[in-house]
Amino acid sequence: MESRLRLLLLMVLAATMSACSVFGRDKPPMEDANASAPVISPEVERREIKRPKIDTENFEVGAFAGLLSVEDFGSTTVYGLRGRYHITEGLFAEGTYATSSALGLTSAEVLAGFDLLGSDRKYEYYDVSVGYNLLPGETFIGRNWAFNSALYVIAGAGQTSLGVDDYFTMTFGAGYQVLATDWLALDFGVRDHLFDLEFTSGEKKSTHNIELTMGINFFF
Amino acid sequence: MRQLLLIAALGFVSLVTPAYGKASHYEAVVAEPYLELHTGPGRGFPVFHVVDRGQQIQILKRRTDWFKVRTDRDVEGWVKLAEIEQTLDTAGKPIELDDPTADDYMGRRWELALALGDLDGASVISVNGAYRWTRNISTELQFADISGTFSDGWLTTIAITIQPFPEWKVSPYAALGTGMIHVQPKATLVSTEDRTDQIGQVGLGLRMYLSKRFLLRAEYNSYLTFTSRDDNEELDEWKAGFAFFF
Repeated sequence: MESRLRLLLLMVLAATMSACSVFGRDKPPMEDANASAPVISPEVERREIKRPKIDTENFEVGAFAGLLSVEDFGSTTVYGLRGRYHITEGLFAEGTYATSSALGLTSAEVLAGFDLLGSDRKYEYYDVSVGYNLLPGETFIGRNWAFNSALYVIAGAGQTSLGVDDYFTMTFGAGYQVLATDWLALDFGVRDHLFDLEFTSGEKKSTHNIELTMGINFFF
Repeated sequence: MRQLLLIAALGFVSLVTPAYGKASHYEAVVAEPYLELHTGPGRGFPVFHVVDRGQQIQILKRRTDWFKVRTDRDVEGWVKLAEIEQTLDTAGKPIELDDPTADDYMGRRWELALALGDLDGASVISVNGAYRWTRNISTELQFADISGTFSDGWLTTIAITIQPFPEWKVSPYAALGTGMIHVQPKATLVSTEDRTDQIGQVGLGLRMYLSKRFLLRAEYNSYLTFTSRDDNEELDEWKAGFAFFF
């Protein structure tokens, strides 16, 4: 009797298990469906997805004009070209080349009637500097206009050509940049160009030459 | 000169503007709970808009580590690198962005360096371009502007440099080269003649990787000038500067 009951129970168990497996076959799990898919090999080739390149705008070039006060030689207009490479959001490297209009006469030249610089009465310089955007932020004009702007400090070195001679020059300055759009900026700058000027007499003199400029820069 | 500047500026504008007509942009989907849009590409610019998870954005351009994006609703703003790296591309994979690291530094090909220093009492500013052939060997082209108390001039050299331990944080290198030096005495001196002579260069230097595409360099060079006079002249140069790599 007991063994018959055990047999019956075993049969019931076997029946439910087979029913389960049949049920399972009806609704196969997702993995099974995928595994059976490669039976038909896909003729479609894998598409190469070409992503558009993100345009980087770390370079900035521009032209500027302004006033340059050349120690002993009076003030004159100056104009030049400027290029920048933005290393981080704060730090940038800058290269500048500028040339001036004809310089005035020193008082010594006026009084004694000689010529210190010869025919080349021009102040010409180039320099390489490192700048830092100290105060990035916004400039508000009225209630409805906000422009991105930055106040930067800059220091560098270069060469100045005054008359026939060249002088090693240190440059320090600051500037204010207002971006009209993302790629167009107005740049207002002040620079002090420092170098040791040597006169025909052999006397050396440290000179400060202050420059005020306004320029338009493009980012690309 | 002014006309020339104007023409150059106009030419540049025409070069720049077509870039804005391009229609296809990199598309991404916000995967974090939200994405913050700043008014400008920098730490000083406030957050003015937030994009929710699952929304699509277009990446328009990049300036340093900031990305200008446009949302579904046509709002444009700037997102920083650390946040844009958390977004997914349209295929659902993390987006791949160019973020130069020390590995890229090790695999660099081109390097451009600027340096400032002293050449036997005169000031020197130099530009230096290098091409790296292998991990250890590169060719360097140098142009230097010299400005001294008694004379001005320039120097140009081509050299082979060997960097035996490129993986070191501060890594030494040696240079061997040749070139030309031009010396022009100042007008304030009793005039002597301009001279251009051939030179030989032996140098030692150090490179240090900073971050991104940026490294520091310092070097010492000894130049031997082969003059047509009785004795050859030796010049010592010390200089330091920074460099970018591509």
